[in-house]
This record gives sequence, structure tokens and C-alpha cells, in this order.
Amino acid sequence: MTLEEKVKEIVVDGLHCNADEVKMEADLVNDLGADSLDQAELMMNIEDAFKDHLGADSNISETDVEKLKTVGSIVEYLRGRGVPDNL
Amino acid sequence: MKRVVITGMGVVSPLGCNLEMFWSNLIAGTNGIHTITRFDASSFPVKIAAEVKDFDVNAFVDPKVQRRTDRYTQYALAASAMAVRDSGIDFSKEDPFRCGCIVSSGVGGISTTESEVLRMKERGPGRISPFCIPEIIVNIASGMVAIEHGLKGPNYAVVSACATGLHSVGCAMKAIRYGEADVMLAGGSEASVSQISIAGFAAMHALSTTNDDPEHACRPFDKNRNGFIMGEGSAVLVLEEYEHAVARGANIYAEISGFGESCDAFHMTAPAEDGSSGAYAMVMAMKDAGVSPDQIDYLNAHGTSTPLNDRIETVAVKRAMGEDAARALTISSSKSMTGHMLGAAGAIESVVCAMAIKNGVVPPTINYAEPDPDCDLDYTPNTAREKKIDVCLNNSLGFGGHNACAVFRKV
Repeated sequence: MTLEEKVKEIVVDGLHCNADEVKMEADLVNDLGADSLDQAELMMNIEDAFKDHLGADSNISETDVEKLKTVGSIVEYLRGRGVPDNL
Repeated sequence: MKRVVITGMGVVSPLGCNLEMFWSNLIAGTNGIHTITRFDASSFPVKIAAEVKDFDVNAFVDPKVQRRTDRYTQYALAASAMAVRDSGIDFSKEDPFRCGCIVSSGVGGISTTESEVLRMKERGPGRISPFCIPEIIVNIASGMVAIEHGLKGPNYAVVSACATGLHSVGCAMKAIRYGEADVMLAGGSEASVSQISIAGFAAMHALSTTNDDPEHACRPFDKNRNGFIMGEGSAVLVLEEYEHAVARGANIYAEISGFGESCDAFHMTAPAEDGSSGAYAMVMAMKDAGVSPDQIDYLNAHGTSTPLNDRIETVAVKRAMGEDAARALTISSSKSMTGHMLGAAGAIESVVCAMAIKNGVVPPTINYAEPDPDCDLDYTPNTAREKKIDVCLNNSLGFGGHNACAVFRKV
């Protein structure tokens, strides 16, 4: 499974949306209907799913969370933290 | 003061998940108590409960909402939807600020509390769900029901343990009486068949331990009663200002014409021996409705099947009504069939009162076998009774010494 596929899967599962809607440019709030609680849960699920790659401090900081507005931005963020494209 | 009538009702109960099924099972004397299936209760001192069966959550609650709500809120959403449909009211044609909701709960999302505490212990405080608090809080059902139906008027929850449901009906009635609202959804909801809840009530020795005979475990007012049985579910009533209901040609089940309340101020959980505060609530309710004890055709008793409650409630009834009127009174406990639905009890028993008036039938107290000298009134043993009912009372008494009583009247 690729990094993109894994992030998509987490988003679909967390936000109860159709897989086709979850494009890289999709905005979590405006396109996928997430509210602040959904976003908080999503970040927790991302941290859990990638904890082996994120290392000892798997937390996504509040500052970083604010920047993660689209599906693609989450993928980019994880790449930046050293998560490989092929999991 | 405005008059308040019931124009719709919705039920999720151990006797069925709609009003018709609930009522037909109730007057048939059907037992709703069985061995617990919600979790493995084999190591628990209490292994029986009145669980909601065959609840189709998908028919009432969007999958996304399901993920962020405790079962108690889901029951409330379902009962509310059915009550609204039954009433025929179209909230899009109403002023939303004149429509409110008080659907409360005794223990709220207790199974969510339980699972999140276990999660915290296992995985640390950073892994608690962001939905944990909104799932747990006892007022969220009212909030979610308001979202679902667009109700912007009075909205909160009142909590008084086992009297919660009836206090909710009473507060909603007052909101309409005093002109704050035209329509109120009122009721209670509970999803209390959970490990911590069963273990906790069992530790108080409040629950029946007749585990090997669930069919006959709940026996209110019988000499061999030995505790209440945990029930669950929700009941919601559409309360409406009388002229408002008439103007839209609504079906009216009954009027809520009086409400009385008091506190024992005696003990955390035990009722006061002389029944004086319970009696005071009944007297105030009758006074509020302008009826005398000899006019009461039926009393839906709190009747939990605990040794203390049923004995002292009997004392309170005699004190409130006078010995003669108490002896002439037709009483029953629907908890003998539904178990004790805690915060939903007073609401579903309000439904029972309205249906008893509408249909001219008193549901029975089942499992009544051996009379108790301390409970020597007419409890409608084992078989439903046809009877014209013009006025009836509903009693709810809660841990904390809370007493509530409402008067229902034929319109």
C-alpha cells in the first residue's frame, strides 16, 4: 500500500465519505464535511497509523495540525517526517 | 396559564421499538426481562436486565452521527423522530424559537465513560476520543434532537436519577404553560445496561439477583420482591399548547394538567419512612390540576420491585389520597415488564398514562403472586383491566430523594 492510499483510507473511514471524493486537493472541512472534532480524531488516527515511521515523538503538533487542511497536505507532511511512499 | 396536551409519542423499549408494539406487549403482560446479552455477565452478581432488542439504529441515525454518539443519544434520536412523525407536526412551518426540547438522562453515556477510561488506562491520556465528552454528557441528547428537528427554543436536561424522565416532562409542560414555547419534545433516554452500571447498582444491593428466573424476577408490590431490574430505552412526547394543537387539527392523546414535586431531604438513596415528601408531590400535583383524590382513576406507580420503594410508596399513596380513596384506586407498575429504565422511566410511564386514557385500559403489574401486608392496595395483578380513565397520576421517585408526580386528563 502506498502512503497516499493509506491516508485516503484513514480519511474515508474517519469522515464517512466516498472514496472518490477523497482527492489530494480535497479540503477536509469544505469538501469533506469535517468539523473540529473530526479533525482532532483524524490526526489521532494518523499518528497511530504511522507511529512506527514517525519515531519516538509521533505527535503532530498543534501548529502543524493547523496547516493540514487538505488530504494532500497530510501526505506531504508525512513525507516530510520521513514516511516512505511505499509502506 | 396555557393548557398543555400530548400530541405525539415515540418509544424505544425492552417491549418493542415503536409505540404500537410497546403498548400491545404492555397490556398483554409481556415480560421484557432476560439474561444480559450486551456483555458477558457471567462473573457479575446480576446477570439479568431489560435490554432493548431489535433496535434498527440505521433507520433513525446517520452513520456519521452514530460514530459520535453514545447509545443513549441514539435511542433519544429514534424516539424523538417517531414522536414527531406521530404528532404530524411540521417544524419547518413553526417559529423555531417557539419549539424546544428537554430529553434528559439519568446516567448519560455511561458505557462510553467506561470504554474511554479503559482506553486511557491502556493507551494514555493522549488517546481519548475527541467525541468522549460530547458522547458522555447527559444534555447532549437534547442538543442533538434540537439539531435534527431545528428546535431553537428552551433546551436543556434535568437530572433527578429515576425521576429524570418525569421532571423533564414537568419542566417542558411549564415552558409551554408560561408561554415560553408552543411545542416541546420532552422525555428521557437511558442506555444503562453496561458493566460499570450493572456492577455499581448491584453493589448497592438495589438489583434483583433472581438470575435463574428472569421471567419472574421483577415483582413490584409482591411479598417476595427483591430488587429492581435494570432497563433501558427512551420515550419522547410531543407536548403542545392546547390552542396550537387544535388549530392544526392534531390528534390529542391527553392533557397534562398538573405537576408536583418535592424532596425527602433524608438519605442518599433510601426513601423517608413516613412517605410524607412523596405524598406532598402527589398532593401538589392534584392541587395544581384542580382534582381531588376520589377523581383519580389510575396511578402508574413508581413500583420498582425493591422492598423499600414499594412499601413506602404505598404509605405515601395512602397519605396523599386518604385511606378510602387509596383503597379504591387502581394502581399498576409497568416496570414489572419494562424493568427500570432509570432516566427514561418517568417518560415512558407518561406514555403509559396517555395510552391508558386513550384506550381505556390499565396495564397490569405482572408476577404478582403473594400479597404483602405492607402493600395492601389494588395493584392490578397480572391481567390488564378495561376501565374508563378520565384522570390519572404518574409517580416517579429518584435516588437523592427526588419525588415527582404528574396528572394526566382526558381531553
